[in-house]
Amino acid sequence: MIWALILIPFSASLLSLLIRDDKLRRGLLVGSAICHSIIMALSWAQTFIPILGGFFAVDLIAQLFLSIASILFLMTSFYAVGYLKTEKHENKKDFLENRLFNNAPEAVFTACLLMFLAMMTMVVTSQHFGILWVTMEATTLVTAPLIYFHRHHRSLEATWKYLLICSVGIAVSLLGNFFLAIAASSHNGVSIPLMRGELIARGSELWTPWVKVAFIFFLVGYGTKMGLAPLHTWLPDAHSEAPSLVSALLSGALLNCAFVGILRAFEVTAAAGQLVFAQDLLVLFGLVSMLFAAVFIIGQAEYKRMLAYSSVEHMGILALGVGLGGSAVYGSMFHAINHSLTKTALFLIAGNILAIYKTKIAADVRGMLSSIPASGIFWMAGILAITGFPPFGIFLSEFMILRAGIQQGRYFIAAVYLILLAIIFIGISAIALRMAQGRNTRPLDVKVERRSSIMPSAILIFTTLVLGIYIPPHLNNALHVIANLLGGN
Amino acid sequence: MWTDIVMVLLILTNMVVLGTSRLRACIRIVATQGVALGVLPLLIHSIETHILIFSIISIILKGVVFPYMLLRTLRQLNVWREDDPYVGYGMSLLAGPITLAFSYWVSTRLPMPFSIHSPMLIPVAFFTLIVGLFLIVSRKKALTQVLGYLVLENGIYAFGMAIANQQPMLIELGTLLDVFVGVFVMGIAIFHISRQFDHIDTDQLSALRD
Repeated sequence: MIWALILIPFSASLLSLLIRDDKLRRGLLVGSAICHSIIMALSWAQTFIPILGGFFAVDLIAQLFLSIASILFLMTSFYAVGYLKTEKHENKKDFLENRLFNNAPEAVFTACLLMFLAMMTMVVTSQHFGILWVTMEATTLVTAPLIYFHRHHRSLEATWKYLLICSVGIAVSLLGNFFLAIAASSHNGVSIPLMRGELIARGSELWTPWVKVAFIFFLVGYGTKMGLAPLHTWLPDAHSEAPSLVSALLSGALLNCAFVGILRAFEVTAAAGQLVFAQDLLVLFGLVSMLFAAVFIIGQAEYKRMLAYSSVEHMGILALGVGLGGSAVYGSMFHAINHSLTKTALFLIAGNILAIYKTKIAADVRGMLSSIPASGIFWMAGILAITGFPPFGIFLSEFMILRAGIQQGRYFIAAVYLILLAIIFIGISAIALRMAQGRNTRPLDVKVERRSSIMPSAILIFTTLVLGIYIPPHLNNALHVIANLLGGN
Repeated sequence: MWTDIVMVLLILTNMVVLGTSRLRACIRIVATQGVALGVLPLLIHSIETHILIFSIISIILKGVVFPYMLLRTLRQLNVWREDDPYVGYGMSLLAGPITLAFSYWVSTRLPMPFSIHSPMLIPVAFFTLIVGLFLIVSRKKALTQVLGYLVLENGIYAFGMAIANQQPMLIELGTLLDVFVGVFVMGIAIFHISRQFDHIDTDQLSALRD
């Protein structure tokens, strides 16, 4: 089954380069997304047999994060069909500067999307640190053409920054791999292979100073890709310039994949008896990320950049949750689900806004509720959800992390966390709610709002709303087991 | 003995790359460095088939394919020199020996759990790595930044050689493939940058900011 998970999108990607007919190719995109999701759904009913001698396996962390990625990809692929219909491969006017530009060929775009799914599947399921690295770098390379879909100079600048910063970041984590290899080499010449399971089982035999250094390098390297401040500099640019469905996937799925990389390193570090060291680093990075996000969200002019900084914030919360330990780890894992669902929904809606209002400046968008009611309503709902308004899922998970902080008596961290959340809440709602209300004065190019551009967001926001009220027992158990693995409860 | 010669070659290529403004020369020097590194596994480990195959592939990639791709980009762009880097060539050359000394100092502070084939390997690997990072941040031309990335990758590769080589070959090949695709994609990006902006100075890529 793992073979199918990897090979379906992989071969569909290659096929889509050969297919000339646009409709057929879009069908292939949606079809493979559906297959992937169905197989992922099956993984909750039965355990998949590891392949390639255990190099790839669906453990619980993989199952959780791959399920998220799979659902998001499915929703985004529905959205993509409608999007690609309107985005033709022809010269278009750039509404910002009135210059002409064209789009990348649709076949390349689809192929990269599908390859991205294949690579994410490999990142998350890989049990060997080397393979994790190779596939993580591969996700950077296949997403770069996606960011450069609109071929103008701003997206090119974003792509260049993304390529260079993430490649260097990931090169740093390769060094982390080597340090881990040193830590795993034992005195009598026989060393432990860099397989996650074995490293954890024989954690006490690892060389602790080298494990510490390795964790720092993993955190910095994969943290660059995950968007932890101050290594996040590529993120707002890439998210604001990429087509919205790509931003949605980057935020909802790719950042999580990098987080999985950090979690793998975290598990091993904890097994080597350095749990507190790793936790403290994560808390530090988490709070710094939230701080950076808060500073840049206040008064942010562009709504897509605002969403991008909100991703920095939420990645910070994920790191903070794992760093606090205890019941916060459960909260953090739950938060990963909620954030992905909500942020993807918001980016897809942001794509609708961009298509209709033809501006990225938040101040120029007014009266969405009256001019594009469907998008307007889900934009409002999404904004409330992302800022942690009850009864959405994010409220619950943010509250769990706060409660854990207070229970542990770490009042300072809890206070900083709460203050930053409040600042970001004010910053985002001031910008985004004004977009929904008021009266629009711009000439709009409103045709009927397409169902394919609304439904994905509607489903995602509804899901996170349900999760805020009711957590299925199956998911609850899985989250508890994962939390136990990561030094929490 | 041969390992030490390769190490000296690495130090020299790093120094030259720091002090050269002509891009064509830079590409050739980095290629030389890549070939020297490609030979390294054969010198360190016993010669076995899979190590031989790996060496040959990495020599072909780093010594032939990368310089070919980069030189082709260079011809298309008609850019030949890095005229005005953020850090001048005099300062860059001065930074070289300082970094080298620093790398030696760092490597004396790292306790290795096993014996290393050559005492120069670790410091030289660190040196190469830092030079790569230095090139990325101190040069303006996109092409030189890619060269910096390659030097950085070379440094990490040398480090990987230094520690007991226990990774499966599949992963080594995967790493090489990633670097290859990376350089390929960056090459395409550079080409587009030159078409959009009529130059490849990355300090002009400044439309996006907060």
